[in-house]
Amino acid sequence: MARITFIQNDGTERVVETEPGMTVMEAAVKNSIPGIAAECGGACACATCHVYVNDAWREVTGQPEQMEEDMLDFAFDVRPSSRLSCQIKVTDALDGLVVRIPDKQF
Amino acid sequence: MSDDVIKTDAVIVGAGPVGLFAVFELGLVDIKAHVIDILDRPGGQCAELYPEKPIYDVPGLTVVTGQELTDRLTEQIKPFGAEFHFSQRVESLDRFDGGGFTLTTDLGKTFECKVVVIAAGGGSFTPKRPPLPGIERYEDISVFYSVRKMENFKGRDVLIVGGGDSALDWTLNLQPVAKSLTLLHRRQDFRAAPASVQKMFDLVERGDVTFKLGQVTELHGEDGKLTSVTVKAPDGSSFEQKTEVMLPFFGLTMKLGPVANWGINLDENLIPVDTAKFETSEKGIFAIGDINTYPGKLKLILSGFHEAALMAQQAYHYVYPDKKLVFQYTTSSSSLQKKLGVK
Repeated sequence: MARITFIQNDGTERVVETEPGMTVMEAAVKNSIPGIAAECGGACACATCHVYVNDAWREVTGQPEQMEEDMLDFAFDVRPSSRLSCQIKVTDALDGLVVRIPDKQF
Repeated sequence: MSDDVIKTDAVIVGAGPVGLFAVFELGLVDIKAHVIDILDRPGGQCAELYPEKPIYDVPGLTVVTGQELTDRLTEQIKPFGAEFHFSQRVESLDRFDGGGFTLTTDLGKTFECKVVVIAAGGGSFTPKRPPLPGIERYEDISVFYSVRKMENFKGRDVLIVGGGDSALDWTLNLQPVAKSLTLLHRRQDFRAAPASVQKMFDLVERGDVTFKLGQVTELHGEDGKLTSVTVKAPDGSSFEQKTEVMLPFFGLTMKLGPVANWGINLDENLIPVDTAKFETSEKGIFAIGDINTYPGKLKLILSGFHEAALMAQQAYHYVYPDKKLVFQYTTSSSSLQKKLGVK
């Protein structure tokens, strides 16, 4: 089990419990976290599950692969910490992960 | 205009997998269909969002990509000779006296039919609007999501934003007519075809195109007329980019669109249907696939196929009110096999 904290733009925090193997996007959708539309359902095809990974966790979550980097072109206000949450797989190593939801998604 | 009206039994709105399969099911019961889609090819989301992504839950196919499923369906429905009308959106749907419907597309095509099948999935694909404050005030005056007439950009300072094929193609095409052309993209790498990227860099080399790295954060102007935009550079600094026109290319998203104005009952942008006929609140108008809702609804391609089969049974009664429909299997019915061209 891994606990993930989602922080909204207004500072509201929600901690959700997830099972390894699911994605951070699935964890958000399953727990009705606002701001994660995940329009394409997790196929890395829409960029509506954009999150900013907390600096302390960027090394563990890793860098986007090329397909994800390409898809981030469709996201708004992309930063070095940007990831598509459908491409972050939950592992035990991610217990405690903190991600921020962007102010605006497309 | 009446000469141009296309008369047919059924119009299917949406050429995704479910719309395509509706051609098959309607065809088996002798209903001719025309299919209209906003995209320039069949497949809907399968073609636009997942052409290369695997689908594992289409019965009988262990794994199939969105494109392959589209290709297979297109092949499967060939015997029924449905006509396709791509790159256009149905704008209006009206009932006329005598129990039929008139549909008009944004390209001015008009259809008359006895049944309408809405298989519009998540709605029609429309360009993504960057969530920049006040952008709607500039739209169609100085911010455009597509190029209808190149003339409109003649002699103007043009800013194109994005790194895909649309952004690169329009950079290459508008550069000769625009007064100045700047391409803005968040990174040095592009999704667009490498040949277009090379051509763009050649133009940059010659001083005909300016390429800048960054993302637009603010728009400036008055009365819808853009004068400049604020750009955030990769290093976090900001700069002003003067421009009269901005063309943002950030892909497509799905919007319900004009369906909302067709007088059909909606429930949170979905169309409620009954689960025996998949008919909407309006007799003769059906909704199948992702766009409909009913207790237990699952947005699965396979559910859409089932819905198409049941829809066709009811549609038959509108197209052939005096005939009785006898259910037949394709495996054993020689008449169905004749329609399929296998006998």
